[in-house]
Amino acid sequence: MGRVSAPQSPLFGSVADVAERLSGVGYLASTAVATTVFLADRLGKPLLVEGPAGVGKTELAKAVAAATGSGLVRLQCYEGIDEARALYEWNHAKQLLRITAGQGKESWDETRDDVFSEEFLLPRPLLTAIRRNEPTVLLVDEMDKADVEVEGLLLEVLSDFQVTVPEMGTIIASRRPFALLTSNSTRELSEALKRRCLFLHLDFPDADLERRIVLSRVPELAESLVDALVRTVRVLRGLDLRKSPSVAETIDWGRTLLALGLDTLDDEAVRATLGVVLKHQSDAVKAAAELRLN
Amino acid sequence: MDTTARISSEHGLPGHLVDFVAALRRHGVSVGPGETIDAARVLGALDLIHREHVREGLAAALLRRSGQRQAFDTLFELYFPAALGAGSGEVEVPRVDDAEGGPVDVDALRDILADLLRDGDTAALAELARAVVDALGRSGAAGTGIQGAGGRPSWSAYQALRMLSPETLLARILADLQDATGDDTAFSDEVLRREIRARIAAFRAMITDEVRRRTAEIRGRQEVAKSAVPKQIEQVEFLSAYAEQLAQLRRTVYPLARRLASRLAVRRKHAKRGTLDMRRTLRRSMSTGGVPMRPAYRTRRPGRPELVILCDVSGSVAGFSHFTLLLVQALREQFSKVRVFAFVERADEVTHLFDPGAELSGVMQRVLREADLVAFDGHSDYGGSFGSFAEHWGDAVTSKSSLLVLGDARTNYRDPNLAVLKRLVAQARHAHWLNPEPRRQWGSGDSAALRYADVLPMHECRTAAQLTAVVEALLPV
Repeated sequence: MGRVSAPQSPLFGSVADVAERLSGVGYLASTAVATTVFLADRLGKPLLVEGPAGVGKTELAKAVAAATGSGLVRLQCYEGIDEARALYEWNHAKQLLRITAGQGKESWDETRDDVFSEEFLLPRPLLTAIRRNEPTVLLVDEMDKADVEVEGLLLEVLSDFQVTVPEMGTIIASRRPFALLTSNSTRELSEALKRRCLFLHLDFPDADLERRIVLSRVPELAESLVDALVRTVRVLRGLDLRKSPSVAETIDWGRTLLALGLDTLDDEAVRATLGVVLKHQSDAVKAAAELRLN
Repeated sequence: MDTTARISSEHGLPGHLVDFVAALRRHGVSVGPGETIDAARVLGALDLIHREHVREGLAAALLRRSGQRQAFDTLFELYFPAALGAGSGEVEVPRVDDAEGGPVDVDALRDILADLLRDGDTAALAELARAVVDALGRSGAAGTGIQGAGGRPSWSAYQALRMLSPETLLARILADLQDATGDDTAFSDEVLRREIRARIAAFRAMITDEVRRRTAEIRGRQEVAKSAVPKQIEQVEFLSAYAEQLAQLRRTVYPLARRLASRLAVRRKHAKRGTLDMRRTLRRSMSTGGVPMRPAYRTRRPGRPELVILCDVSGSVAGFSHFTLLLVQALREQFSKVRVFAFVERADEVTHLFDPGAELSGVMQRVLREADLVAFDGHSDYGGSFGSFAEHWGDAVTSKSSLLVLGDARTNYRDPNLAVLKRLVAQARHAHWLNPEPRRQWGSGDSAALRYADVLPMHECRTAAQLTAVVEALLPV
């Protein structure tokens, strides 16, 4: 609890302000999303967003960046990502050049101090986000894909917003970035990491919100069609499927109907386009049987 | 005592928050003091007028996993209720002869409910639920014999729901809506039906919540929380789970399997470097004059065993067997071959029902219908089943296969047939028994668990969490 939030003006004024400004950049936020974003900003804590694929976790970070005019720094995690990819790296080639260029002209001490300076440091996303003076949104995407060791690396960055480079000392954020981590929960993140974050489980939106999202993304669709679309998708989610359709699928479905020039969602239209929302064959078969499409 | 005084905390809002956190801990959500401080900061930063903001804010600070949300929501309703007493709703509950405080007019009430359900007006439904619970608790309903007991109001979700019986409104609402929209294909019908069913279920939940809140005002929150807060789904015991919990459990199979698989991948990666291969190292050292410059390591062969599963599918353990089979099925890539045998009184092969891509939600019913499992009375007979298995499919168990037996080992006092099982275990490379009964009940009554446990290792798998741990430990590296 040692960290005191740096005196820094908050990005948002109130929960309503969050919702309004996010919708201004095309992200319609639920109460849960607006509240947690507001709190993450106010309390200066990173926000850990978990949820099924396609509900707009990454989009949220982009929207926050756009709404506040911040720069987005993104760290995409993958299996085997390490310090050199996430934090910083010394530019070895350049250091060697510098040493050869200075040969015979200067002492060892001078050379050593010089090659371990800013100039030879290659900042990676985490360090970049810490060093920026402008408002920044740091997105650590698909945290669960990275190995457990990387979490340890993130702890210092996320709790104190500082990075320690042994040769140079500790670099402290001059301006605290708005940090957002996403996870598909393919594995449990460590308690230590979770403790440092606010937690948001991003689920499928309610009917009204989903309707508005689809309308804002595919404005050419008729309102009655969007209504039918959203209702059908919600029924599909109630089935016991391997992969429930998420918002991204609803939007795709809307675009498909638009491209095919269909203006009602009747049996035939559904039968022809069900593959857009249900990605597993067994799911499609099951849905067709349960919703009496045959 | 006044309601406000009764439910308020003596230490104000911070005290109340601490009470709430303590309640969460009692229900298995581990919240540390750090999180509690965060929650307090959340309350400081938010405008407390918006209840939903407070709910989401506290959830963000206190929860760490999505499975905890249900318990959180139930407790939130109890500790941060939307209203005190009857609240100040606008909805009037119809009374017989319009008498103030008279018995409730059930038919008129059902009309109102049907209209609201048809329109799907959630806010109005919530208000109706509140008013109905209040009116029923105080004044009773006409012609049903439900009477509010004069002095002391009594709240009962069971009575309210039995009287309203919202399910029976389904056909009527459906007909109304079909008239309005005009199309009545089988598909649009089905979509509508499911939609209305979901609305009715939501209304039932509103009534239950409301009753809980009113009861908590009288009997105290802790008392109500004890019975009302649902267990986290991984902690539900297989043997006492009801249908809805089992369905919920089955929905967690795929994420669970994915998590297991990725944990295994990590384990494999760490175990990749094998031991030194002496023979090959010496061979290599020939080219460098006998100096072993480049050591050679024994490469690990990925162990993908064949799996033979013998599972009891009789009534009592069917839920457990189903879940375990689904989990094994989802982990199919970890095995070179999976063969599934079901048994009650005798065994039969059901592997074909678990083919990749097969529809698995109704698979247990198919197993019971299509396989030949019953000889006389349909009670499980472990000895007879092992005997028939060894007789017909004894060659399925080879030195390459792992044998997994699922069941509670309750033999109904018949011969456990240890000799046959011993022979099967000796044939197999590994053999394990997963038992959904608590360990302390093993060997009691007709359970032959302890005798079987002498033959092969037996693991206690009462909950999904336990099962996952056991399966993870058993899977090959």
